[in-house]
Amino acid sequence: MIDNIDLSLVDWSRAQFALTAVYHWLFVPLTLGLSFILAIMETIYVKTGKEEWRRITRFWMTLFGINFAIGIATGIILEFQFGTNWSNYSWFVGDIFGAPLAVEGILAFFLESTFVAVMFFGWNKVNKKFHLVSTWLVAIGANLSALWILVANAWMQHPVGMIFNPDTARNEMINFWAVLFNQVAIDKFLHTISSGFLLASMFVLGISAWFLIRKREEHMAKRSILIAGVFGLLSSLMVAYTGDESTRTVSKVQPVKFASMEALYEGKNNAGLIAFGVLKDTDKKIGDKKVREFGLKIQIPGLLSVLTGGDRDSYVQGLSDHISGNDKLGTISTAEKIQNGKYARDILTSYKRARLNNDTAQIRALKGVFKDKDFQNKYFRYFGYASIDKPEDVIPNVTVTFYSFHLMVVLGFLFIMIFSVALYLLFRGTISDNKWFLWIAMLSIPLPYIASELGWLLTEIGRQPWIIQDMMTVSKAVSQISAGSVVTTFILFAVLFTGLFISEVSIMIKQIKTGPKH
Amino acid sequence: MISQLFLQHYWWIIISILASLLVFLMFVQGGQSMIYSLPQNNTQKTMIINTMGRKWEFTFTTLVTFGGAFFASFPLFYATSFGGAYWVWIAILFSFTIQAIAYEFRSKPENVLGQKTFDLFLFLNGSLGPFLIGVAVATFFTGAMFTLNQMNQVHWASRWYGLEALLNIRNLSLGFAVLFLARINGLLYIINTIDNEPLIRRSVKGLIANSIPFLIFFLFFVISLLFSKGFASDPITGTITVEKFKYIHNLIQMPVVLILFLAGVVGVLYGIGITVFRKSFSGIWFSGMGTVLAVFSLFLIAGFNGTSFYPSLYDLQSSLTIRNASSSLFTLKTMMYVSFIIPFVIGYSWYAWKAINNKKITEAEMNSEEHKY
Ligand code: HDD
Ligand code: HEM
Ligand code: HEM
Repeated sequence: MIDNIDLSLVDWSRAQFALTAVYHWLFVPLTLGLSFILAIMETIYVKTGKEEWRRITRFWMTLFGINFAIGIATGIILEFQFGTNWSNYSWFVGDIFGAPLAVEGILAFFLESTFVAVMFFGWNKVNKKFHLVSTWLVAIGANLSALWILVANAWMQHPVGMIFNPDTARNEMINFWAVLFNQVAIDKFLHTISSGFLLASMFVLGISAWFLIRKREEHMAKRSILIAGVFGLLSSLMVAYTGDESTRTVSKVQPVKFASMEALYEGKNNAGLIAFGVLKDTDKKIGDKKVREFGLKIQIPGLLSVLTGGDRDSYVQGLSDHISGNDKLGTISTAEKIQNGKYARDILTSYKRARLNNDTAQIRALKGVFKDKDFQNKYFRYFGYASIDKPEDVIPNVTVTFYSFHLMVVLGFLFIMIFSVALYLLFRGTISDNKWFLWIAMLSIPLPYIASELGWLLTEIGRQPWIIQDMMTVSKAVSQISAGSVVTTFILFAVLFTGLFISEVSIMIKQIKTGPKH
Repeated sequence: MISQLFLQHYWWIIISILASLLVFLMFVQGGQSMIYSLPQNNTQKTMIINTMGRKWEFTFTTLVTFGGAFFASFPLFYATSFGGAYWVWIAILFSFTIQAIAYEFRSKPENVLGQKTFDLFLFLNGSLGPFLIGVAVATFFTGAMFTLNQMNQVHWASRWYGLEALLNIRNLSLGFAVLFLARINGLLYIINTIDNEPLIRRSVKGLIANSIPFLIFFLFFVISLLFSKGFASDPITGTITVEKFKYIHNLIQMPVVLILFLAGVVGVLYGIGITVFRKSFSGIWFSGMGTVLAVFSLFLIAGFNGTSFYPSLYDLQSSLTIRNASSSLFTLKTMMYVSFIIPFVIGYSWYAWKAINNKKITEAEMNSEEHKY
């Protein structure tokens, strides 16, 4: 094993991955949602035959095109970055992780990119039906690509359906359906696409509100608000529902992430759900990590226990339970997991040595150990812990996870309200007169973007220090290249993406101001 | 009974198909590399950019899928080459990143960076993309500087992290050959899709000018390949040895590949020939098919017949073969089921392609089209 890992290399590689992922995610959710909104609008056009709907569709389609291009530009870097920057990881799990990425290319990206050409250029070349089908296929393709990449990401949060092969020193897939129907994957897919629908609806609502404030294109704006309001309300309800499901799943499969996003240091019965809280430093410590407590909080008593355990009396485990272990609940301590992980690693080392010496008896014996269920469940599942120094290192950043989770949830409820009010005012026929609401709607455009990025911060930072939960730490995953190379590419990408982003926003604003063509 | 060995070959064929389609589709890059030299005026330039702009996503998606499929079927290659020859791959990615926005943004008002910058992006992608991909593929034959430890973790032995590939003239010659081939196909595609007499005349001239360097670089690469040593892997033990004239042996031992290869070369030349001498518009189909066949067969001699498709010059036994670099039996099989959808994908892509290309691009269309680059 490579043990002398340059820490700055790891940090720069993380920074680079985070940078490209955060940029990619600035554009992807709009694609996910707006593609469906376009499909709905065009369906109305084809059904009613009214030219105005064609005009409305084409206006939003222009904005879609601008956003789409930059989403693709950032995506290609992400895909190859697993190889360039996380090559040890790419081998360790490539047998499983590569498959969804390939399926994504074959199944989803081709669908999307083929029909996006028809959608953009086909207006005067193919018949209405074919064009409409193409628009729907773009939407389906975009959301299918989300499915596969999220399956891959979910697997990193909760690895299932594989077995370790000591000969090749990697995990190998034994059950594709387990990977696809991973509970985490299902939650993640539904939550992510619905948040994309929500975001796109807010985008359409906010821009339409601007047209109303300016008293331009009122007809188009109101029709767009109708679509965005209905689609947005439904998706924001779905976001809340799937978010709740995700929380439950996290509490089961990543309990340490869960405890940290609730900032729950000490476990308790009758635990309250924090609706709002401010964290402050204390003198208490777990290992050498400072404990942070609530300086201020508003909570709904008992609700957390009810949500996770079914009733008020159920015990919710805190971070200290996970670090020190809890005999009553059968939670083993992190120190013990480290022991078990080291044991598994030693077996692997002996196996490799036996292979080197061609010691057939030993090879056979140790191979048997790897196949043994008991060994897998008790020792090998903690393989990654072998590279953890101190038990408290498995605690992710509590401050970031806590705030990003809670802000996301608060915003989620705000969006339900905004869409409800929009529809209410629209049906009363007074929306144009409610300047204050139009302003709120317009200024809310960035909020779903914030919520959405916070969701990813929670997911990814909450998983630290793991790249694959319990199996591999981030520092073991990194490619062995010089830190200087990664610093250079980081700067290159930062400059390029920022430049492109500024250009995109400026073009977008100009196109909106220009409005639809007559 | 489906064996792992069968599936490894099956997946190498899929990878080779994707690679050969990619090289053909890089006619888009070829076209981009000529936006400064080929058109005589702005209208011609707009037509060139729009004809390429309607296809760039195909090329791009093929590249992405090629990467994804390689990852899934031969993850050890993905981990080794990307994680080691870092700079070559990053340069390729970078050149495609700047392409993806250039079409959509270049002629939009208030695009901040200015049309000149986006056109430069198109040009850079057009010239660097094919060239660097050619160089990277050449290392399948000429080898790279890496070693793998017992845990299959890669260590790159050159401080240049991939840039050292640019010092090898055989790599460079394949890079240039691919670039000029992309330009030839770009010209043939323009001749096929644009209805503009002066532009077509210029393109035919350009065809001659690009064919000569193409032939020189291509022949140099092929001849040096035939006379070079290759890296053979023992079918039983997997031990790697150096074998003289390995690639000649491969062609002789796999005559079908030899025939495909020759047919490919003839196809490209025929496509050029009928365009120059018979004023045909359909040269692109022959040269396109030829490109696909030639690249496909090059990939087969790189990976089949017990050849190491990614030899290590630093530590012979670390060399990658389709046997030691592949995914598990289970994954390869699962992915095989997925691959059955590929003909369907090709089918609808073809259908959509024809739907968009059923009318030639003309000056008049450029003035009326709403979604114009
Ligand atoms: C398929 C997997 C996958 C997907 C879909 C995403 N990520 Fe991720 N992310 C990773 C796989 C990953 C990773 C490879 O596992 C990283 C690199 C290092 C690490 O710890 O995790 C990572 C790190 C990482 C970090 C750095 C965390 C840290 O170092 O503390 C951030 C902030 C993000 N990601 C953000 C995002 C965002 C905003 C995404 C939305 C598009 C996203 N990730 C999607
Ligand atoms: C690390 C993770 C990711 C990788 C490697 C990745 C890779 C890519 C690539 C290569 C493209 C360009 C595809 C093309 O050629 O058309 C792309 C675009 C896209 N990706 Fe991602 N992606 C990641 C994260 C995500 C996530 C989390 C989602 C959605 C949930 C997503 C959804 C999309 C969509 C909808 C597109 C299409 C166009 C657009 O971005 O606007 N991606 N991605
Ligand atoms: C309404 C209440 C909400 C709840 C209870 C909730 C819950 C959650 C949870 C627990 C996660 C982490 C899942 C994991 O770590 O695997 C998450 C992730 C995420 N959330 Fe939310 N969320 C809510 C609202 C929102 C809103 C409004 C948005 C955006 C508009 C959003 C976007 C995301 C995204 C993009 C992710 C990352 C993908 C994923 O892991 O599923 N969420 N959410």
